[in-house]
Amino acid sequence: MSDPILSVRDLSVVFDVKLQNAWPWTPPLKLHAVSKLSFDLQPGETLGLVGESGSGKSTLARAIIGTIPVTSGDILYKGQSLMKMGAQERRKHRRDVQMVFQDPLAALNPRMTVGDIIAEPLVTHEPHTPRKQVKARVGELMERVGLLPNLINRYPHEFSGGQCQRIGIARALILKPKLMICDEPVSALDVSVQAQVVNLLKDIQKDMGLSMIFIAHDLSVVKHISDRIVVMYLGRPMEIGPAKAVTAMPTHPYTQALIASVPIPDPKAERARTRPVLDGDLPSPLAPPSGCVFRTRCPKVQDVCAGNRPAMEISASEQMAACPFHG
Amino acid sequence: MISQSDAKLLNDTAALADVRGRSLWEDARRRFFRNKAAVAGLFVLIAITLFAVFGSYFAKYEADFVDFSLMGANAYQGVPSFSSGHYFGTDIDGRDLFARTVQGTGISLLVGIVGSLVAVIVGTLYGATAGYVGGRTDGTMMRIVDILMSIPFMFVLILMLVIFGRSILMLFIGIGLISWLDMSRIARGQTLTIKNKEFVEAAVATGVSPFTIVLRHIIPNLLGIVIVYATLLVPQMIIFESFISYLGLGVQEPNTSLGALINAGANQMSNGTLWMLLYPLAFFLVTLFAFFFVGDGLRDSLDPKDR
Repeated sequence: MSDPILSVRDLSVVFDVKLQNAWPWTPPLKLHAVSKLSFDLQPGETLGLVGESGSGKSTLARAIIGTIPVTSGDILYKGQSLMKMGAQERRKHRRDVQMVFQDPLAALNPRMTVGDIIAEPLVTHEPHTPRKQVKARVGELMERVGLLPNLINRYPHEFSGGQCQRIGIARALILKPKLMICDEPVSALDVSVQAQVVNLLKDIQKDMGLSMIFIAHDLSVVKHISDRIVVMYLGRPMEIGPAKAVTAMPTHPYTQALIASVPIPDPKAERARTRPVLDGDLPSPLAPPSGCVFRTRCPKVQDVCAGNRPAMEISASEQMAACPFHG
Repeated sequence: MISQSDAKLLNDTAALADVRGRSLWEDARRRFFRNKAAVAGLFVLIAITLFAVFGSYFAKYEADFVDFSLMGANAYQGVPSFSSGHYFGTDIDGRDLFARTVQGTGISLLVGIVGSLVAVIVGTLYGATAGYVGGRTDGTMMRIVDILMSIPFMFVLILMLVIFGRSILMLFIGIGLISWLDMSRIARGQTLTIKNKEFVEAAVATGVSPFTIVLRHIIPNLLGIVIVYATLLVPQMIIFESFISYLGLGVQEPNTSLGALINAGANQMSNGTLWMLLYPLAFFLVTLFAFFFVGDGLRDSLDPKDR
């Protein structure tokens, strides 16, 4: 395999949570949003990140683009550590990594025209580009993402959710990035539009040879677009493997439960099947369970699970699971 | 049924010209002009401004010309009349009240507008910076505002006017010092809500510099509320100045302001020369009402809840 474009090594993000009504000198609680996560991303590869709400997917994305500080661990971009970069260098590096956001309308400044929004990264990183050229590039990209280029002077509130997401994608693409991070780009859209946007992303990824990190809580969407999948639970990786293998033959009990909860679009089959539904809620990330974090809800739980944190084990070919009782 | 060629023609014409979008500002303007009270207020304001700027060309007398023949005979010779040229009558010293009202209105408007301009520029930038940077900087900057706010400014201003002498410049400095404090708090509060929006995060992730983010993303989005507050601040400043002038401080003779004129008129109330009070008072009240109506109209049209 070639050198990975992005390597995440033992990444942890810990937030300080101030207690309410506490003294100013009381130490804040530690919220472990992401805890010792590692993975590699190959050039041209799409990595899917799945997990329920609060599992740290978005925090991971924000740590990679650098809008929230990393507590420990390292992020290497083409072998260069992002943590050791100065602010100026980091800003230059940002042109290679772009992000598409979850709420399509909230990600666009309501006071700017669509043309200005899409052009913003270009104007920021290449401030001396002539206006005509900027406009041409913007028009080109709008066409690429399926918008009429003559809508360039419109404002975001005049567009539908799907169109707004296309604008967001165009903005992410204008600098021809190497890596695009999509943070639940389709979960705010309705199903028919979801399919269009996912297919658009897939096409663009193939055309431009992008690497992509695709975050979603919907396994069927992730399965459709990803080459590999990372399943996360409470900030920790549970299973990593090729998309087909993970969805067809999950080895970790959590992934198994996740796959089993995907509804089947056939009422008869849906009613007929029995599924192991997970009891309870996600434990508080302020006080995660000892050992394996999933043990409070795991159907295969045993006494050992409360001991040490289970290491990633190879569970099948190219598949890894953080559970000694995988299979 | 539209035929294939027609459909193609339609598409082509649609693609010909860039469609001009309607911005949120434009929406707000339309809403504002549908509000009758606000539009009436705007027209009154324009009329009063024109009066203050060009009124002196219609006056028959200079504002500081003292007609000694009228001294002590104000009650029957200084009565408002067109024939004598004293449209609003004369004041206690036999000066033309029309010319003095023109001058007073001008100075009162100037004080109000300068006060709120300082508030908009200084207050918005200060508050937006504090809110956006956050953390310890935010704490320090806002505590400074708190400390300045806790000083009784009327007292300080009166002291300043007594020590440094009464002048319009001093008045401007005094008003400029206090007017931006409230504005910076409002701007900071708005910034705190805006800075967590995803479009700001998108800008940060793209690598836009913090200063540009404040100017390009934060300020345009809080400007609506700032404009509303500024229009409501103008009458407040006029009242403030009038109060200072009413106390006998503030604007110095031969200059005058509406507050000073009202003060002079009120002193003569029992002498049967009520016009000395009523003309400046009418201008004062109409100006204030007009500003409040415009401010209310702006608030209704810019309020994001109506969107």
